[in-house]
Amino acid sequence: MGLLSDPQSRERVLLFLIRHNSKLCILCYALGLVWFLLLPLPPLSAPTYISENALLPGLVKREFVGGPQALSLSREFAANKALVGGLPVEWLNKTMTSLGLEVHTQTFAVDLPFPDEINERYHVRGTNVQGVVRARRAASTEALVLHVPFLPEANDQAMGLALSLAAHFRKQVYWAKDLIVLVTEHDLLGIQAWLGAYHGINLTSLGVRSSELGGYCGALQAAITLQLSSDVATSIDLQLHGPNGLLPNLDLPNLVHHLCLHAKVLCTVQELLPPQEDNAWWQSMHIMLLQALGQASTKPASEHGLFLRHRVEALGLKAINSHRQEKASLEKLGRLLEGVFRSLNNLLERFHQSFFFYLLPSLQSYVSIGNYAPCAAAILVVLFLCAVELWAKLNPEKERRTREAAASNPASIPWLSVIGSIVIAHGLGIALYLGPLVAHQRAANYFDLPEDEAVSLTALGIGVSSLSLPHRGSTPQGWIWLKLFALLELGMLLLALDLLNFPLAFMLAIPTVPAAVVSQPSHKTASIALLLVASPAVISLMGLAMKTELNPHGPTSGQLGGFIGLFLRWLQCLSQSILEHQSLGTNLYPLFTLGLFPCWLQLWHVALWKE
Amino acid sequence: MCQYCLIQVCTSRFWFNYRHVANVLSVYRSVKRLGIPDSHIIMMLADDMACNARNPRPATVFNNAHEQINVYGDDVEVDYRGYEVTVENFVRLLMGRVPPNTPRSKRLLSDERSNILIYMTGHGGDGFLKFQDSEEITNIELADAFEQMWQKKRYHEIAFIMDTCQAVSMYQKFYSPNIVAIASSQVGEDSLSHHVDSSIGVYVIDRFTYYLLEFLEKIHPASQNTMDELFRVCPKRDCISTPGQRTDLFSRDLSTVLITEFFGSVRKVELVTRVVSVPSLRDLLTTVPGKKDDINEGVTLSNVFADQLPVAQMVQKGKQKEWHPPDGFILAFWALVLLVFFKTYGMKHLTFIF
Repeated sequence: MGLLSDPQSRERVLLFLIRHNSKLCILCYALGLVWFLLLPLPPLSAPTYISENALLPGLVKREFVGGPQALSLSREFAANKALVGGLPVEWLNKTMTSLGLEVHTQTFAVDLPFPDEINERYHVRGTNVQGVVRARRAASTEALVLHVPFLPEANDQAMGLALSLAAHFRKQVYWAKDLIVLVTEHDLLGIQAWLGAYHGINLTSLGVRSSELGGYCGALQAAITLQLSSDVATSIDLQLHGPNGLLPNLDLPNLVHHLCLHAKVLCTVQELLPPQEDNAWWQSMHIMLLQALGQASTKPASEHGLFLRHRVEALGLKAINSHRQEKASLEKLGRLLEGVFRSLNNLLERFHQSFFFYLLPSLQSYVSIGNYAPCAAAILVVLFLCAVELWAKLNPEKERRTREAAASNPASIPWLSVIGSIVIAHGLGIALYLGPLVAHQRAANYFDLPEDEAVSLTALGIGVSSLSLPHRGSTPQGWIWLKLFALLELGMLLLALDLLNFPLAFMLAIPTVPAAVVSQPSHKTASIALLLVASPAVISLMGLAMKTELNPHGPTSGQLGGFIGLFLRWLQCLSQSILEHQSLGTNLYPLFTLGLFPCWLQLWHVALWKE
Repeated sequence: MCQYCLIQVCTSRFWFNYRHVANVLSVYRSVKRLGIPDSHIIMMLADDMACNARNPRPATVFNNAHEQINVYGDDVEVDYRGYEVTVENFVRLLMGRVPPNTPRSKRLLSDERSNILIYMTGHGGDGFLKFQDSEEITNIELADAFEQMWQKKRYHEIAFIMDTCQAVSMYQKFYSPNIVAIASSQVGEDSLSHHVDSSIGVYVIDRFTYYLLEFLEKIHPASQNTMDELFRVCPKRDCISTPGQRTDLFSRDLSTVLITEFFGSVRKVELVTRVVSVPSLRDLLTTVPGKKDDINEGVTLSNVFADQLPVAQMVQKGKQKEWHPPDGFILAFWALVLLVFFKTYGMKHLTFIF
């Protein structure tokens, strides 16, 4: 690297950067945006293919004929559910045993940090039921999971189909992996308790108390979560992302899509029809944006998501019954699932051949990480370009030439005010992270509010009041040091996030980067305006608005429209994200409070720096 | 020492490579039918498909969707199996450099009068064949192994058959004499599978081997088919890949070499019309070595191959064709029937038929 080690040429590179800095910044930012808009188009998105040879999709003759049995079992299940008024554990136990499965039950208890008003639960008690089909000629070292979440109002047909499939699978000799039919209660909490007990770990800060789990089957290789609430279905929607933007290996959705094509069942993602010839760009972009928003919310798309955190490739299959003509019966769906499980049975290693990071503009094409990661990186480079410029401004050319001068003049750094500002910003971040949990009870009592509203209002209160904290500069140059630090911190944070959860990093980068670059005391109005737009609260509000706008079903009935409705839903989301962070380990809230908010606050201090 | 030896290698593991095991077992069955005993066959199978838990028909291997012949029958002798199938073991087997405690069934007991048939299948690339998903043998290594075999006088002639992707690349580097090689696909081509057995759920056989077996089914120990017919068993329209062959190293004209010289244990018997005086052992010991050639005097190379087994003729005679009316007659008959039908009922009745 003669270019950078040689002081003369380094000087030239630096001069070039400083001279053309604003042009370069605008160019990089525009490049990132345009690149993102081009992602659904062919050179950047490639046709999907199944890259794991072992899957052998669609080669077997489907033999499942248990459609009527599935239907009668689902009716029976619904009747027993109504009788018991919850999960009919006794009935499940009896039925699974009579079908020849090895049955185990697990009880669990979770205490949430504050009452969940949306799902109406606080101290959660539940039972998971697990029926095992043992592979007769294998050593129980690997297993597949067919997961049916218990829902009080729905999902009866899924239960009937799963039981009937298990009865069919029980009679077959070709299993190389055990099959677990898993029924969990209290959606994500139940599956988390089961996964924790199965793997013997607890991944969240909450204490989950659960009884001993029997019937281990070795390493879980794949899981399918089934949602089916009607006797016929018109299409199957694949639900991909798990917590924190995790995705199943691309081979798994491809496999299901391939078998759906084979069975002539319509298969969709994000509940949108596949892009048509005309207007293909917008339709693919729509699907892709919905996936991106889902990943950025860090919330799992369905109950399958928590399997992904244990590196078990999992997919949620949601059967949809719309007004379309072609209906698929339970038997047809059963045969589809039979095909999926026989292909999964053929697996020799865990899924590893295909992509783990991708965006899907449709089920026929994918954008790989190599194609999409650069567009966030291009935007984030702006932060570092700006930091280089600031660095050059702090060390003028003359001083850099004479090293002695530079060495003898370190006192020009206003340590106290800069470091004070940094510490205050991060301290407030920690306060924002911990505050709602510590203080919500007091706030609820004092203001006479429901507890989850108290949580979000406490967070909002801490956030807003932190804006007014003192930020008094002692030296005119101090803000440069502070901004330099903030830019580097923000850049590193978002760049690291780019690799883990691209959609989130990209959506944060679009508003924060211009605000971060512009903010300085001399353009006070512009920087305050930009910073307000780029504040964590406004970003999340905009994300929520975008999600509502793009949602294929439109706003759900009973929700208030307009800005007030949006704001109320945003408050709900705020308390939900705190709750999900505590109970499921999603990272959106700590990322915003411990990472993004301190950076933003430092930039806020820069904008209001008194020279 | 064996006159005819056969080495069969399947180098692929894993359930989805069922077809490679089926390939090898089918060829095994064919050559055994032609009379090569198990003691002269060395079979290497890298995986056990019959006992794979995924096999819906336990303890069987089929090479056809009709599942008529279980090629993993009662009398299959696998000499190298599972993780024993390695490049090292294969090369040692060829060269005869095996450890002293190796059993006879795992040795290639050949000499300079032995014809060897080598059949290999698996996943190949340009210049290599993959063994076991972990290592590979290159075409140069294989060519050197054959050269060493030649120098150690371990073969008389070799027929080398290869059914892999880009199989031609494997014989390109051969330089030892008396080798004829046939491969299923050119460099840059894939060798494709023939069909799926949907009740087992795998591809059961490869195209080249399928047509090779179809051809071998018609061969019997007394067949006069020659090796050059083997080059035409799988034309491109059937194989989809283009089979290749290499004959420049082989010293004889392949249209005079019988298939059974490699695929069957039919000994080449030379008929001599005159009486040969066989000297006594004592005479042999006392004669000067240089004069020993006199004994073979008069034996010409224009050999006549005896029909060694009269069984063969019986087979051919016994197979009388059943009488069958000529095809043209049947066609005309049905045409007449249709004509009468339409004349009687008219065209509008077609709607009732279709």
